[in-house]
This record gives sequence, structure tokens and C-alpha cells, in this order.
Amino acid sequence: MAYIVSPNPHIHAAVSTRKLMLDVIIALCPAVIVSFLYYGLSEIAIMAFSVASCVVLEWAITKYLLKKASTTGDLSAIVTGILLAMNLPPTCPLWVVFIGAVVAIAVAKMTFGGIGQNIFNPAITGRVFLLVSFPTFMTDWTVPAGFISNVDAFSGATLLGQVPILGALEADKLVNLQTLFRNIGGSAGEISALALLAGWVYLLVRKVIKPWITLSIFATVAVVACIFHLADPAQFTGPLFNLLTGGVILGACFMATDYVTSPMSTWGGVIYGVGIGFIVMMIRYFGSYPEGMSFAILLMNMAVPLINMKFHQRKFGRK
Amino acid sequence: MSKITFAIGGVHPDDAKLARGCAIEVLPLPQTMYVSMAQHLGAPAKPIVAVGDKVKTGQVIAEPGGFISAFVHAPASGTVKSIAPRKDLAGNNVMHVEIAVEGDEWVEGVDLSDTLVTEIPEDRAAILDKIKACGVVGLGGATFPTHVKLNPAPGSVAECLILNGAECEPYLTSDYRIMLERTKEIIVGAAIMQKVLGGCRTVIGIEENKPEAIEAMGKALATLPYKGIEVLPLKKKYPQGGEKQLIQAVMHREVGSGGLPISVGAVVQNVATSLAVYEAVQKNKPLITNTLTITGNCLPVERQHNYLFRIGMPLSYIAEYAGGVPEGAAKLVSGGPMMGRAIANLDAATVKGSSSILYLSEASTRRGQESLCIRCGRCADACPMGLEPFLLRRLYAAGDLEALEKNAVQDCIECGCCLYSCPAYIPLLDHIRQAKGQVMAAIRARAAAQKSNTKQ
Amino acid sequence: MNSIVIWTIVILAGLGLLLAVVLFLIAEKFKVEEDPRIEQIEKTLPGANCGGCGYAGCHAFADTAVKASDLSAHFCPVGGNEVMKKVADILGYKVEEKAPQVAVLRCNGSCAVRPKVNVYDGALSCRVKAALYSGDTGCSFGCLGCGDCVAACEFGALSMDAETGLPVVDEAKCVACGKCVKACPKALIELRAKGPRGMREFVSCRNQDKGPAARKACANACIGCGICVKTCTHDAITLENNIAYIDFAKCKLCRECEAMCPTGAIHGVNFPKPLDRDGIKARVAARNAAAKAAAQGGDGSAVNSATATHEPAQKTSVDGTAVSAATESVKKEVSNE
Repeated sequence: MAYIVSPNPHIHAAVSTRKLMLDVIIALCPAVIVSFLYYGLSEIAIMAFSVASCVVLEWAITKYLLKKASTTGDLSAIVTGILLAMNLPPTCPLWVVFIGAVVAIAVAKMTFGGIGQNIFNPAITGRVFLLVSFPTFMTDWTVPAGFISNVDAFSGATLLGQVPILGALEADKLVNLQTLFRNIGGSAGEISALALLAGWVYLLVRKVIKPWITLSIFATVAVVACIFHLADPAQFTGPLFNLLTGGVILGACFMATDYVTSPMSTWGGVIYGVGIGFIVMMIRYFGSYPEGMSFAILLMNMAVPLINMKFHQRKFGRK
Repeated sequence: MSKITFAIGGVHPDDAKLARGCAIEVLPLPQTMYVSMAQHLGAPAKPIVAVGDKVKTGQVIAEPGGFISAFVHAPASGTVKSIAPRKDLAGNNVMHVEIAVEGDEWVEGVDLSDTLVTEIPEDRAAILDKIKACGVVGLGGATFPTHVKLNPAPGSVAECLILNGAECEPYLTSDYRIMLERTKEIIVGAAIMQKVLGGCRTVIGIEENKPEAIEAMGKALATLPYKGIEVLPLKKKYPQGGEKQLIQAVMHREVGSGGLPISVGAVVQNVATSLAVYEAVQKNKPLITNTLTITGNCLPVERQHNYLFRIGMPLSYIAEYAGGVPEGAAKLVSGGPMMGRAIANLDAATVKGSSSILYLSEASTRRGQESLCIRCGRCADACPMGLEPFLLRRLYAAGDLEALEKNAVQDCIECGCCLYSCPAYIPLLDHIRQAKGQVMAAIRARAAAQKSNTKQ
Repeated sequence: MNSIVIWTIVILAGLGLLLAVVLFLIAEKFKVEEDPRIEQIEKTLPGANCGGCGYAGCHAFADTAVKASDLSAHFCPVGGNEVMKKVADILGYKVEEKAPQVAVLRCNGSCAVRPKVNVYDGALSCRVKAALYSGDTGCSFGCLGCGDCVAACEFGALSMDAETGLPVVDEAKCVACGKCVKACPKALIELRAKGPRGMREFVSCRNQDKGPAARKACANACIGCGICVKTCTHDAITLENNIAYIDFAKCKLCRECEAMCPTGAIHGVNFPKPLDRDGIKARVAARNAAAKAAAQGGDGSAVNSATATHEPAQKTSVDGTAVSAATESVKKEVSNE
């Protein structure tokens, strides 16, 4: 009998990349189901197509271009596919979805060497590429027929998009605690704050991620919104409006916390979160786009290597 | 629930103390024993017997080969059959004295009775001499000669003696069993070391997954006349038994990089060492026995044992005595599953520091397929020294020794937490150990060069 | 309108001129005087920056070579004698020709002859493996098979043979830089003289265990039996720590040791003809028998026993002619090609 010999340790925690990604997928399920209920078959089609495109693309690139063992088994392509779909309007044509998947997987992920090597969050890169390339498709917020009626649905603009039309005072009135359960209009990942937060809590309980990045984004958004809102409520929307509308919750819970593109130390994560929160508020208040979560995350993604260089864990016995 | 533990990192593997209920049994002597000359940290011992010599149990058969080295004694009476290289558990050749066992006739002057001797000798130097003469070394894993550790350099003061009863490694139960069965002897041993160190505060740190041991120690302390010894329950976390970690948990002080525990006023000794000190000083009995656990996740509970073995018994002999290697065992480990050494050669002889034969199943021990780092930072979270294993591995691959040193690779205690918690199964510690070796060599070379410069 | 254009041109031209002057002055001020021969030598060198010469790179080689009083400490293994001659010409020194070398693996314990006794499950690195234990076969001296040497080679001259589990040296690509020698934790790779037409004999084993133990671990191991030492008539083979070593300088490539080795641990490479094992064995046996008869014939008288002590010297001279004839025939075969 030939026994195994290896250096220590001889046991391993019940953790693997695949299990972590599976947990992220499970955590996204509530929000995905809510989006299916409200946006119906068209959303199911986008989701299925996005996931399938991402997985097939990654498999094909590893197999035929890189000629390496396929990495699709780690399920990270599925996560990217879901996140990409959640960032798109429910009326997005499937060929646009496919281009988004190509940019996310082929450009943002695989050109850097695959999982763990990329600088930018793949799903957000895909979304931003589509936003600047196909602004008409990406800002068409017509609400399709879902399994739950959408009688009070706006068409043509999200809540954030209403701000320039209605003014900050009126827009603020549209947001109340009900928005926590159900947002009106917007991409699939913007519908239910509660479903997203439930998934985030699941990730925290399963110790997949730590809360600091998300909390620092929320806190920064709230603080910045408070300051500006108190200064001029007629021009600047309030903290509740800014927390509950748009992509802040999806971004803060699932996109900014992406392992690969976020800092590794706790304090680095806080700095990163503060940066995202600040940038997103600046874009919302002063930028030409109504929403800036994607840009904020991408910009801070760029700063991650610098943050990692500056912030280290406290070493034992050293100042 | 105790909240006392070390501050940075750590992991929580399932403690799997399967053999905790098994009382210590005494192993019979085999026909042949092989006593290694390198069973302590430092220089190997030099044999002082010749082939054909008759030896008695407890007789010195090898002398220290340097300042940091230890005496080695015959584990049984018989004839020296050979003094030759023999393969150790890693398959490397090490000098062994082979003894054909003919009986168990002890040398003169050893108290073999069970009576507890609580009277501690007054003369500090005499105690240290006895500890040295009996070949006592640290039994917590590092096998550092105890008399050296108990005799800190002039100028340094021991403020606290910490007795390590954490036994934070999963599966192992030998320390737990001696804490239950040899409670008073351990406390007397602690009192002796306390006296040698000048009567400092003494803390017996025990993880709270061993409540029976905590209780037994507390009760025994109440019946014994020693002052300044206390039991401290610790929160269960690996690697609590690491010297630096234990000092931090107990004293809230951090030993600096490259520093010794005494630099913060601490001396750490394992409970098994304490027992060996008791036997050496009170009974004049050299260190030729230790306790070893036969356990594992593929060994039926009724076949798990805690044995009192004689040093020099081949591992294979003990395994056979316990019913052979169980079916389904894919890896054999000497020591705990986190820091133990895989056994490549079961015919190797036991040494002073042997603490277990651990049988692990293929599913529990086989490493997963290595994949790319996803930068989750789990290794950095787990590292009890606050290092960043992902970074160290990258720097090692780039061969950047300067950056490795700056990022404190030399502080690594090789506890295995990083690899244990890596979801991509990257052999972090394998590489970091190499990097540590290279950086340590560079530091030593630099120190030597500096020394010769100042001399000139 | 025109004036704007003119002014633009004038200002830009003036600015350009000014900056050019500034740059020129700075370049002059901070000019580093360097021996022009350094650059010359550097251009002559292959530019691999492999460090095989023992210096940090080609520039360091050139720099130190210029400062040195002779070229005894400088040899570029990649460029070889040709490049060294050019370097010597530049410096006006003389350089001794060195026999070209090649990396040689001193382990022939392939998977087929060296059974695995355990399964290694650590990082795929010989260094890690060697630090952990003696290896996954019974031989604690042999190749660990993780390919540290292959990774170290910058010239693509090494590759792992999947079937034998041993690295293979591509002689055409090997420049004898010595990187693999340093990379191997078991010190299995030796730089040996390439030999005439690449022909060379070497002991492909480093197992220092005693015969039976070595044999048990690996069928191809050198068992330290000493037959090769006894067979060799050129005094080229020494036996130390149960391992034979052939001194290239003394070896006459007669291949007798190779034929006589009971385990096949001695390898001869690049010989034009396959080894005539039986022929050589018969020749050596006849020679030994003759020597024995001569020695026995000497028994009896004191005078004869005294001459018997000189017998080995005689034997060498007698057999030396026979062997040199054999070598001669090999060389003839080579030239006939």
C-alpha cells in the first residue's frame, strides 16, 4: 500500500472556489426570483441567455484559445452571467446581452488570465461597455408584462431618472419604506432591496464575505446625501432616496464585494467602500448620468492594487 | 465560555478528539529498539556505547553533541547490536543505536514507585543538572532542550511560566490524558520549573474543549501546597498551542520578530515536558517514555488508544500492536493533522517528541486540484502571525528575497492555517517554508558578516 | 493671421533649440565614462544574461573582464571558445580553449526500474519535496521528478520524459550554464565535458546506500560493487561512499566499465556503434584469467612473490596496449563515418 506523503497541513477546511461561488449564486436567488416575478418571461430569457453565453464563452476560450483545462467548473462564469443580466434593462435585446457577455468574459476576465487575475469586475465592465455603446437600449426602462401586475409602473425612466424631471423634492416623496420591498422600474437587480439584502446576509452568515466594504459604501452614500440634502433639499435628494434607488444595494452587496477586484485587508476595504460611495454620489448629483454605481466601482477597481500596497494586516509583534 | 485567546487570525478545525476516553495503556517491549541520535533540536547526540555493550534501562548511551543538544538513554536493557544510519520517518538516514532487548533491568538510583514526591529540592543548579542529565526536551513539538530554556540569559527575568495544555491540534489526546491521569505530577513539575525560574507566576493554559482536564487541574491544585499556580481556560482556536500565540493569549504581550519568549518575560513549557521534569527531578528517571495517541478518522473507535511508549520502539511495532494499519487509511501522520509530519517510512523508530500515529482517510487528506488564486484573502485572515501568504507566495515565485523579508516571511510559524483555508488549494505553506528558509539564511549570513566586520 | 503662424513657428523652433541645448549640456555634465571595450565585449557576448559564467549578466561579465588582468576567471559557456577568442582579441589577452561541456543527469532510476513506495501530494517542486522527505521511491538520492531543473533552464534544453519520469537534456540546446545544477536539490546534474563527437561515459547514479539497499530501491542503481574500478585499465574510476565516478580526463572511452556494470548504471552516449557487451566481457574475462594465471604462477618462491607486488603495474602496461588498440578502433570507426 502506497500512502500519501505531503507537507503539513494534512486536513483542509470544507471550502473551495466552487463552493464559494455556489453560495454567491444561492444568495442572488431571491433577487433573481423577484425579477422573474415582476418582469416575466423576457427577464427569464435575458438571464438564461446571459448565463449561457458567459459559460460557453469561458469554456471555449480556455479550451481553444488558451488551451488549458477548463475553469467553468468553479461556477464563477455563472455568477458573472447572473450579475450581468441583473444589470441590464428587462427589454434589452438578446444580441446586446451577448455583446455584454463577450466584453465581460473575453475582455474583462480571460484576457487578464481568467479568474483571480482581472482588474475590473467583469459584469460591470460588460454593463458599462453596453451603456456607452448602446445608450438607447440601455436606458429603455419600459416595464414588460410580468407575473405580478405592474399597474403603477412608470415607463421611460427609473426613479433616479425622475430626479431631473420632477425635481429633488418631488422625487424624494416617491421613496418610502415600501421601496425597500419593491422598487419601480430599473434593471432586474434594482427591483427589491430586501431580496438583495437577504442574499447579502446569507453571504455574511456563511462567512463568504465580510460586511465592511458594503457597510462603508452605505454609510458614505448616507453621509454625503445627508450633507448635500440638508444644504439644499430642493436640488439634492435625501439619503433614503439614494440608498434605496438605483444600483447601490446590488453594487454594494454583490459587485463591490467581488473578491478579485476588491482590496484584501479590512481597512483597505473600508477605503475602497468610501471611495465608491463618494464617487457614486458625485455622479448622481453632478454627473450627466442619473446613476453612477458601475462607474464608481470600476474607478475604485483601478485603485485596488494601490490600496493593497498601502494597507496590510497588522503583523504579530510588529508595530 | 472563555473569551481568552490570541488576537490575530487562527482557524477552527473540527477537534475530533476521538481517543479522549481511552485511558493510557503501557506498551510491552519489542525485541529490537532503535534509538535515534537526532531526536531533539540542535546538534545530534554522540553515541558513547560500542557494539556488543550491555546496557541497562535508563543508562546514558549518547552525550550531547553541542550546547543545544541532549543526553539520550537506553529505553530497555539489552545488547547494543549496531550503531549505524537508519531511515527516519521521512526516509532520511539518521544515526541510530540498535538495542537487542533482553529485559527491563533499570540502572541504579531510579525511583520506580508511584508515590508522589511533593518536596522540591532547594538547589536550583542541581535541579537544572538533573533535567539535563535526564535528557529532558520540550515535548510540545519543537523538542528544544529544556535545561537551556529554563536557564535564560543573565539579565532577562521570567515573569510568567506558561504550561501549555492547549493541545489545539485536532485528534491528539495524549496531553489531555496525562492531564487527567498524571495531574499532580504535572503540577509538581510546574512547581519545580517555577522554582528554577525564580518563583514567577505560573499559568496552566487549557482549551475549554477539555473541561475534565480543567476541573482535574483545579482540584489537584487545591490539594497541593504550591503558590502562584493557576488554571486558565482558553477559547478553542488553532494554533493556540503556538508559543507566541499562547503568550499573547495569557499575557497580552507579543514576542517581536525573531525574539525569544523570555524577551517579554515568558517561558512556555508543554504539560508533557512538565511531567518529564517531575520524573527527572523527583524520581531521577530519564526521559525514555512518552504518551502517544493512535487515532484517525478511519480507525474504529474501539481501536483508538493512548499508549505509554518507550522511545525507540518502531512505529510499525506500535501500529501492529494496535491491530495494524486500518483499511481506508491513505495517509499516516506523526503528530497532529495541522503540523504533524507525514510518515513515509513506518519502520522508523519513535523519538522523544512522538505524539501520535494518525490515520487519515483519502477524502479528508488528499489535496484538491490547485486552481488560480481568487484573492479572497482567507489565508491572510487565517494567519496567526498577520502575514499575507498570497503575497509571500507571489514574491517567492518572483524570487524577491528582499520583499519577502520586508513582508516578514521569516515570522511564519508553519502552522498550516493558510493552506488549510485556501479555497483554491494553492500550496501556500509549501512555498512559504522554502522562502522562509532562504530569507533566514540571508539574515544569518548578514549577521555573520556584520559580526566579522565589527571584529576587524 | 499670418503673423500668428509665423510667431508659432518661431516660438516652437526657439523652444526646441533651447531644450536641445539644455539636454546636450546635461548629457555632457552627467556623462559616465565607460571603457568602450565593455560595450564592445557586451556586443560580442550572446546576450542571454543567463549568469552561467558566474557573473550577474553579460554586462557584469564584460565589466569585470575589462578590469581583470587575465581571462582565467572568465568563460562564457553559452558562447564557448569562439566567443571567448573574440573577447580575448578585444582585450589583447590570450584565452585557453575549454572543452565544451554539457549537463548530464546522474540518475537513471526510471519509473520502470524504481518502484514508487508512496504518493507525493505536495507542491510540484523538487525543493519542497526534498525538504519534506527522501522521495516517493526507496532511493533517497535519486531524481524527484518535479522538474525544478526544467523550470530553471532558460534555453529550453531540458524536458521531462513522461515515461521515465526523468528529465532529458537536449544536447543541441544545452549551453552548460549550470542553472539546472544549482536547481537540483539532490545535486544530480553534473556539467561534463562533451567528449569527442559527444561521446562520453558516466555513472548515471548517485545512490550512496550499500549494495543490497540500493538494488532494492532501484534496479539501475550503482551498487558500489567496484567491478568497474577493477575493470578500468586507465585508473579513471574511483569508488567513494558506495558510488563510482568516472574521471573524464582519464577515461579513454573503451566502454569496458559500461559493459561490465551489473546494473547498467554506467551510460555511454553518442557512440556510433551499439555496445558489444558480450565481446567486451569475453575480452575482459580473458585478460583477468591471464593476469590470475600470471599471479598464481608466481606463487612458490620469495623472489617471485616480490615481483608479484609489481604485478598490477605490469598488468596495466600490458593491458593498456590492448585497450588503447580498442580505443583506436573506436576512433577509426568515428573517422570513417
